[in-house]
Amino acid sequence: MHKIKNVKIYFFILWINITIFIPSMDILITAGRYILFLKAIFSRFEKRAVYFPKIIHEIFDLGISSIGFVSFISVFVGAVVTLQVAYNLENPLLPTYLIGLSSRDTLILEFSPTLISLVLAGKIGSNIASSLGTMRVTEQIDALEVMGINSASYLVLPKIFAIIFINPFLIIISIALGLVGGWLAGNLTGICPTEEFLMGVQYQFIPFNVTYALIKTVIFAFIITTVCSFFGYTTKGGALEVGQASTKGVVYTSILIIIFNYFITSLLLS
Amino acid sequence: MISIKNISKSFGQKVVLNNVTSTFEKGKVNLIIGKSGSGKTVAIKCMLGLFNIDSGGIFFDDRDFINIKESDRKEIRKEIGMVFQGGALFDSMTVEENIMFPLKMSSRINQLDMVKRVNFCLNRVNLQGVNNLYPSELSGGMQKRVAIARAIALKPKYLFCDEPNSGLDPNTANVIDNLLKEITYEYNITTVINTHDMNSVMEIGDNIVFIEKGVKEWSGTRKNFLNSNNKILNRFIFSSKLFRKLKSVK
Repeated sequence: MHKIKNVKIYFFILWINITIFIPSMDILITAGRYILFLKAIFSRFEKRAVYFPKIIHEIFDLGISSIGFVSFISVFVGAVVTLQVAYNLENPLLPTYLIGLSSRDTLILEFSPTLISLVLAGKIGSNIASSLGTMRVTEQIDALEVMGINSASYLVLPKIFAIIFINPFLIIISIALGLVGGWLAGNLTGICPTEEFLMGVQYQFIPFNVTYALIKTVIFAFIITTVCSFFGYTTKGGALEVGQASTKGVVYTSILIIIFNYFITSLLLS
Repeated sequence: MISIKNISKSFGQKVVLNNVTSTFEKGKVNLIIGKSGSGKTVAIKCMLGLFNIDSGGIFFDDRDFINIKESDRKEIRKEIGMVFQGGALFDSMTVEENIMFPLKMSSRINQLDMVKRVNFCLNRVNLQGVNNLYPSELSGGMQKRVAIARAIALKPKYLFCDEPNSGLDPNTANVIDNLLKEITYEYNITTVINTHDMNSVMEIGDNIVFIEKGVKEWSGTRKNFLNSNNKILNRFIFSSKLFRKLKSVK
């Protein structure tokens, strides 16, 4: 009887270790390494003249090149949001301009800053992680270190500045085009005439909502760049590991965006 | 001159370098040889500071490379040129930008002088008309030569090469070997080359250090290399049919 009880306790401890302790340790170790990586980025800067052209290059490479993609998604999602709101407002007592108002708030508060940031985490994040991962496995990062250059700062800092600078513009474009998509959908289907939609878009507009969206965007931009850079920069192995680093970067970024979205909303809107 | 004193390095439980001590002389081609996985690359990466050693010391002309501030280490690194196994050229830059890169980052010379220096380095490695090509547009041998040109751009005191002729045909490998030898003598550089190519050993090695399983098994000059009594070294040297034949002829 005692033996059976001991075996049960043994398996319980094993189960606790496998399900809770080991993964928690992994997360803590990764978080510690991430903080050290951030420290490396923001210390021992290179010449200022070196960073400026790189920031401009990254703005075009990572930001401007995403405008088409972001625009396309925003127009269609804006249209879908409008159709869904109209579908839920069947009560004739509710004014039609509410469709415009709901679409506006959905786009400003949640869709553009959060969903577009998640989409950009996939596009920009995987690009960053795979390019840094490839540089790591082909010893290009080692070559920088041998030259006495702080490779983390030289490679990642321009990306952080570029994305933090350009993403708010992308989000503003996304909000505007989302509203255009919503207006088009409402107008073409006849569920919300132009005057009603425009009235809804302007009705009781709270400017702080845009500030809230931009604060979220900047924080998400920082998460996208640093987390994906971290996984790319610390890649070990070969082509297979570069792919894994890219996937890990996007997954962790998405999870962090969702978690931070909750906390920022609690702090700023509640 | 570079000295390593009792350096040890482990990855987890695996001991990769165990108490290795050696001196690499100035103006000579110093070779570290050994089988694949013997610890040659780790030894070079420790000397470059890419891996932190567990114990021991590394000295560049009596300057301690381990127990110094990061800014002082950066100054020593400016005197180091490195040719990586795969070249490690920056994909996003042209040949000219690759060679100009260390000049831009670590010197104060103007653009015109930088271009002059780039062309000089390219001429020195016998490459012309490739300034605007990207690394992906070059052959393996050309990439190695560009990597050498980049390594000598800052007129280094110390030159490290990790298997510089791996993946090259014998003729091109010979060209690269001789180029490294010429550069070493011409600029009086302390050159450390990591190789397991016996042709390189016989062609350019002035001083040779043989590492086996992370331990320094033998060191000496090329002259007494083939006549060594070290069994492990002899097993390594005469593992090829050609060298066994050479031994029997002798």
